[in-house]
This record gives sequence, C-alpha cells and structure tokens, in this order.
Amino acid sequence: MKLSDLTSQAGEWLRGSGPMSEVVISSRIRLARNISGFPFLARCSKHQRQSLEKKISETILEARLSPKTLYVDLDAAPEVDRQLLVERHLISKPHKDAQGARGVAVGENETLSIMVNEEDHLRIQVLRSGLQLEEAWEQINAVDDRLESTLDFAFHPRFGYLTACPTNVGTGIRVSVMLHLPALKLTGEIEKVFRAAKDLRLAVRGLYGEGTEATGDFYQISNQTTLGRGEDEIISDFKHQVIPKIIEYEHNARKMLTAERALALDDKVHRALGTLRSARLMSSEETLTLLSHVRLGVNLKRVEDIDINKVNELFLLTQQAHLQKILGKKLEGDARRAARADFIRQRLSA
Amino acid sequence: MKCEKCNRQATIHLTEIHAGKKMEKHLCEQCAAESQVSPIKQHTPINELLTNFVLQHSGMAKEAGATTVCPECGISWTEFRQNGLLGCEHDYAFFDKDLTPLLQRAHEGGTHHLGKVPARRGASSVPMKRQVDMNRLRKELNRAVEAEDYERAAKIRDQIREAEGSE
Repeated sequence: MKLSDLTSQAGEWLRGSGPMSEVVISSRIRLARNISGFPFLARCSKHQRQSLEKKISETILEARLSPKTLYVDLDAAPEVDRQLLVERHLISKPHKDAQGARGVAVGENETLSIMVNEEDHLRIQVLRSGLQLEEAWEQINAVDDRLESTLDFAFHPRFGYLTACPTNVGTGIRVSVMLHLPALKLTGEIEKVFRAAKDLRLAVRGLYGEGTEATGDFYQISNQTTLGRGEDEIISDFKHQVIPKIIEYEHNARKMLTAERALALDDKVHRALGTLRSARLMSSEETLTLLSHVRLGVNLKRVEDIDINKVNELFLLTQQAHLQKILGKKLEGDARRAARADFIRQRLSA
Repeated sequence: MKCEKCNRQATIHLTEIHAGKKMEKHLCEQCAAESQVSPIKQHTPINELLTNFVLQHSGMAKEAGATTVCPECGISWTEFRQNGLLGCEHDYAFFDKDLTPLLQRAHEGGTHHLGKVPARRGASSVPMKRQVDMNRLRKELNRAVEAEDYERAAKIRDQIREAEGSE
C-alpha cells in the first residue's frame, strides 16, 4: 500500500456508517507505551532515537498486525504527505512538525495507526466511525498484546505503563469521541456540553485535538484520568454516561430547531448549500462551517438530493493536503481557494 | 537628562559612595555598557525573573528533589517541572515522593494503577501479572486490618500464602 492510495476517499472513520453517526463522527482509543531500557524521547541521543525507530518499525511490520501495513518514515516524507496524515487523523500535528527519526504505521483500513517516537516511543491508535468504543478497545488491546509479546514495555506494578508525561501514566489510555454538535451551537447551548464534560473531568477539544479550535462544530471529548481507573471503567463511563447525555442534548436542540425555528433552520442550511454550489473562492474554515450546516440539513432531511457520505467526504477532501494531492499540484493562496471552490461545486453538482 | 559622555538620553542613574563621598553618574545604556559601570550586564531577562518568581511562590524550590538528579537519565526535578516530561522509566520510582501529589491532582486522587497488566515482559519474561496481584492483595490486607474486618483479612492472608506457595 502506498500513501497516495489513501487520498481518493475518506478513511473508515469518516464513512459515516457507524452507530449514532448523525452525532458521533468517530471513536478513538490510543495507548501510550515506552520500551524498557531506553530513555524517554526527550533524553534520547540521536543514535538511541534511530535504534528505537528501527526496532519498533521492524517489530510492527513483522507482527503482521493487518494484511497491508504501510510504514511511513516521517523524517524523509515531504511536508504535503505529513500534512495529509494529519488531515486523516493518522498522526498528530506535533508528530508532523517534529525533527529526527520518527514514523507512523498505518493498517486495517486506516482504523489502526501507530506513531513511533512521538511523545512516547509508541502511540497506538484505533479510530472507528460512529460510537464503537468497545470494538475499538477490543482491536487495540489485541494489537497491544501482539506488540508486547516482542517488545519489553516499561511497566511498574504501582504506576502501571510508564509514560514520558505523568498525565498519561497508568493505563496510558486516551479515549476520545468526536461529536458533531451544530444544533447545540446554533441554539447557544453548547456551554451545557462543556459543563457536563468538566463535571466528569473530561477534556473538550477541537477537530485536530490538543490546542485546536472547534471548527465546523466538531468537538472531541476525552478522558484525562489514566491512573487508578481501569480501561473498562473509563470506556463504560463514556458509553453509558457521557456520550448518551450529550447526544440527547443535541437531539433535543435539533428537535427544537425543526419544531420552532424551521424557517430559520432551512434558510441556514440552504444558504450554506447555495454558497458551496456557487462560490468561486473558498477558505478551508468557511468550507467547514458551511459543510457543517449542510450536514445538519441532510441529517434532518431538510435537504433531499445530497448523500450524507458525500458531505462527510468533502470535510476531508477539501483540506489543503488532500486537495493538492488530488489535483496533483502545489497550490497556495487564491489559487488554492479557487481550486477548493471548483472541487466543491463539481462534487455537489454530480 | 542627557548622558554625561554623549548627547543621548541618559537612562542609567548611578549613585556611588566612595569613602563617604557621594558621586552621581548619568549615562545612556551604550556608554554605561562601555564603561562597565552599569548593572546592565546583571539584568535578568523577564522570563527568568518570572520563572524564579513562580518557582519561589509555588514552593517548588523547596521540594526535596529540586537539586537531586536521576542517576539513570540525569534529569532533575526542576528540569521536569519546567517542561513537564520525565527523562526515563526510573524517574517514577526515583521522584516518587514529589510525584505522588502531582499524580493525585492529575488523576482524581489516583496513585495506584488499575487495569491492564502485561502478560509478561517481552525479553525479561517476568510474570508481571502475579507481581501486581500480590501488591494488590497486600494492600487489601492492610485495608481490611485498618477497618478491623478480621474475617476478610484472614481470607486475604490465605490467598497471599497460597500465591506465595505456588511461586
């Protein structure tokens, strides 16, 4: 498998096929692991960093975690490829911008990615569409078991899995659910979500995780506690308490919009669609905002002639690296905005 | 006021007392730096000042491990507090005392791992599971004794004996 094979369509997580996908975009679980006997990355010499990358990438490829596993050497990869991986949520922004020996392994329809030499030696991630936390846990747990049979993970009976940052120590788990909450945003009730999350000691972030804005009404909710609570407990809280509550808030807001503010809602949705179908210059931010309104309209059946998958795909394919890969050229400024507008018009008219 | 040596604005005003005689000097930054009379060289950059201020007021400077260094990776407690990342796996045990309150704050009071345990540790093949179970049993035993639940304590003690016997 080559990196360019990824560009033409969305990954499994954006197919919009999973349970509760009208609100839940994706479920993600990641595990932080380090190899015993090597310092954490901040204290690694150049040589140690290189041997870690070699050892881990070889282990991953030999473990045959999926029928086709792609390993990308990020130190050698061009900027646009690294950006593409960020847009597909396969690597983090810091991993894209870092220096030195590092990489990522991608497998199983992009549901699995393993970052090598990020903040920890390994960051294993499973990303699935809709609310599929238990399935994601099952998958990542099996991958972790496989790797553990060859790699000696740093573990302490009291502290659990040892991580570079003490905020991840213990299970090393981060469970995140990406939610699309346009109605709560429109009704101005999004604060409810922040409050509910805060009460349960959860973090709310934007589309690309730590330090990113909540563009396109996408919100990522994730756990912060990793020590003293088991994986099952954390996942079960998400599945049974946190997420159903937020989904209910969003559903209520959607119901209220259709019942009491239908005209304003239709105006918003069709105005967005009109702009997307006729604009000649489009920034990525405006695209996300407008697509968010169209997605809401399609989910509420206020728009009949557009398939939800097409909208979901546009969220990804209109981002800068994807656009440049699809069109096969480097684009900047107005040329990029014009190409984006053209691409959207084409897709929405077909 | 003008600088004594050139015509620029004087920004450094020094009062020196030599043998009971008071002398005043008014210089611009450049002349002051050239004549090396100025305290400019000792100026502390604002970020360093702030760091020191924060360190003093957070009580960090007083923490026991502030000057000790992990023998494995060479990181000091202060260094860790500045960038938030530890240097190696041994730091957890080494800085245990200072780290524990931090962990409690970050993890809703959690200080002990609960959850997945590696079935074995790759190359070393140490059966980790048993070790962790023993730790947990001993802790439970302590708790039962503290709660004066001797019936439960006896049961746990038997479990520990059994586990030890099978090793």
